[in-house]
Amino acid sequence: MGLLRFATAGSVDDGKSTLIGRLLYDTKSIFQDQLDSIEATSIQMGNDYTNLALLTDGLRAEREQGITIDVAYRYFATPKRKFIIADTPGHVQYTRNMVTGSSRADLVLILIDGRHGMTEQTRRHAFLTSLLRIPHVVVCVNKMDLIDYDEQAFEAVKKEFQNFAMKLEIPDLTFIPMSALHGDNVVSRSPNMEWYQGSSLLHHLEQLHTASDRNHIDARFPVQYVIRPQSGEYHDYRGYAGTVVGGVFKVGDEVLILPSGLTSTVASLESFDGPVSEAFGPMAITMRLTGDIDISRGDMICRPNNRPQSSRYVQSMICWMSEKLEFEPGMKLAIKHSTKSSRVIVADLQYRINLETLHREMNPDSLALNEIGRASLQTTEPLFFDEYRRNRNTGSFILIDEATNATVAAGIIVGSGV
Amino acid sequence: MSITAYELSHLDTLEAESIHIFREVAAEFERPCLMFSGGKDSLVMLHLASKAFWPARLPFPIIHIDTGHNFPEVLEFRDQVIEKLGARLLVASVQQSIDDGKVVEETGPRASRNRLQITTLLDAIEEHRFDALFGGARRDEEKARSKERVYSFRDNFGQWNPKNQRPELWNLYNGRINQGEHIRIFPISNWTEVDVWQYIRREKIVIPNIYFAHNRQVFSRDGMWLADSEYVTRTEDEKVLTRKIRYRTIGDMSCTGAVDSDAETIEQIIEEVSATRITERGETRADDITSETSMEDRKKEGYF
Ligand SMILES: Nc1nc2c(ncn2[C@@H]2O[C@H](COP(=O)(O)OP(=O)(O)OP(=O)(O)O)[C@@H](O)[C@H]2O)c(=O)[nH]1
Ligand SMILES: [Mg+2]
Repeated sequence: MGLLRFATAGSVDDGKSTLIGRLLYDTKSIFQDQLDSIEATSIQMGNDYTNLALLTDGLRAEREQGITIDVAYRYFATPKRKFIIADTPGHVQYTRNMVTGSSRADLVLILIDGRHGMTEQTRRHAFLTSLLRIPHVVVCVNKMDLIDYDEQAFEAVKKEFQNFAMKLEIPDLTFIPMSALHGDNVVSRSPNMEWYQGSSLLHHLEQLHTASDRNHIDARFPVQYVIRPQSGEYHDYRGYAGTVVGGVFKVGDEVLILPSGLTSTVASLESFDGPVSEAFGPMAITMRLTGDIDISRGDMICRPNNRPQSSRYVQSMICWMSEKLEFEPGMKLAIKHSTKSSRVIVADLQYRINLETLHREMNPDSLALNEIGRASLQTTEPLFFDEYRRNRNTGSFILIDEATNATVAAGIIVGSGV
Repeated sequence: MSITAYELSHLDTLEAESIHIFREVAAEFERPCLMFSGGKDSLVMLHLASKAFWPARLPFPIIHIDTGHNFPEVLEFRDQVIEKLGARLLVASVQQSIDDGKVVEETGPRASRNRLQITTLLDAIEEHRFDALFGGARRDEEKARSKERVYSFRDNFGQWNPKNQRPELWNLYNGRINQGEHIRIFPISNWTEVDVWQYIRREKIVIPNIYFAHNRQVFSRDGMWLADSEYVTRTEDEKVLTRKIRYRTIGDMSCTGAVDSDAETIEQIIEEVSATRITERGETRADDITSETSMEDRKKEGYF
């Protein structure tokens, strides 16, 4: 099996970093000098035990405050699989960093303190996880050691989450009771919870099937860069470099190029290592086409009978990330979608999501930091997109404030039109 | 064919992600440049860049921040590699910065030019008006690096602000900057040391011979074997002896430690690296061991 990317989520102090530390520790993925250093820091900070959260909380400010501020990436491997972990912050102020860490995840671990159940922040993260359409979610009911490893308590939190999740779209949902601090059900099944019949977290991560999460149907190749060597041997060479973000392209396939609408045939699929007969996501390849067509960065290569939507009007969910600026109708921003950069004007802000109840608050004036709402945008040039639910690559975008160059929103396309 | 067959191995996935980043930068920036040290990570970077633009040449120059304290084997190797690629090499010299009075050489037995390179690097960026600099840093190397974005924004002073990094969503990178600012780009952020070695083996990337076990005149300092060279002043107690060692990382001769090793082939190196209980920087970099937050502090000043 290939790579699995997963992220942590959940309220502040519910044990995300501790869990990652425990997972690394129990899989022997921690080096001796790292351990020595966090032991020394733990003693210095007056902890009674080695604080495994220090493995990911590496910034000075994080250690001073005892919280995670920004995403830490960690890596480990078992004989079965390689893992990329994004440990994200629970604090509401840093929600955008949670979105950063989970945007590319195959799976999200949502931690909940078994003593307290869900908080507003758990709900916010659960909602974001479903908005980002993370295909797999594991709810880790943590700190079971503080509630006598009680099955009823676990069931109560599970029920609470399930009730909330009914309003969300989470295709694959699993619950595991655990103690991140002591390692119960992290790497192996805990003797303290005989009543729990499921797998340990690690076992679950190792076995998870992700191959079908990718869209292998809609062939999409956004042109990223045009390769023109202009040197002797390759004088007339013209190749379209990019990353396949959906479907499969084969040599000989008839293709359609947007925005021109012209058609051509895949003459070859090339790489430094030689030609390949087919290309699929996420391969980074160079495509050559028959005929002489003018194609440049930002164009989209697809199949004539299966094209993305092409429109200057997109309906989207906006996750606002600026503390300095509010998102409001009439606002102009830069947009980056796929390999295309353009500008947008906010045509309409339809509603804001109340993260407590998931109710829609209609026609709000604006979205503030960490608020989520639905808006229609008008772009200066047509975008070639799919709904995010069909394709995470062609269905996502970022918005950039042109004055400060800050990334101010994550956008998810839910449709076209005004 | 079943759909599940369309899956890439982990090395292919990492390679594709890195190539995507190289191309994105070449497409969006005006004056990118690749920082090259001659070490394994920068060799993997060069290899990935060659793949990204093949059959064209690299659309950017290579820069080496020459501390003047390099391993001679590595300098020689650097020139061969660059010539073979037909790439353009720029050298920014720390000695020059010292001669120009921009920085002052440290003194004492632990003097190092590690910190001085920051000035040389930032001056070179300003001189050449680079807007994007590729670096071979990996997130598994160090705890501050584990927090850094792939596109790491640097202000007018070249500083990294870890408390206010731009959100980085999906693989949509925001490369917008104002004049005088730049972005450090880390295409192999998600690679581990073992990934790098496995890739070197798979791709048959040629590496400097000091990565393989050899006999060398060394002395012990702070639990590390340092090469006896004109760049370090030994104290009386620091006796030179010959040991069979290899380098796990390549930095300055004055502060890069060697490890005891019998690994003479890439296979043996992979075995050794897979079994080790100490991180590469912890084992071999005197500059990182000085304090708990030395990397974070240096990065805030503009370090690689
Ligand atoms: N008793 C007990 N304490 C735990 C457990 N997991 C975490 N803790 C403690 O809870 C506190 C917070 O843990 P962290 O891992 O830093 O929490 P976090 O979710 O990463 O917090 P943020 O990243 O700041 O949102 C620490 O004091 C941990 O030792 C557990 O399973 N049992
Ligand atoms: Mg944390």
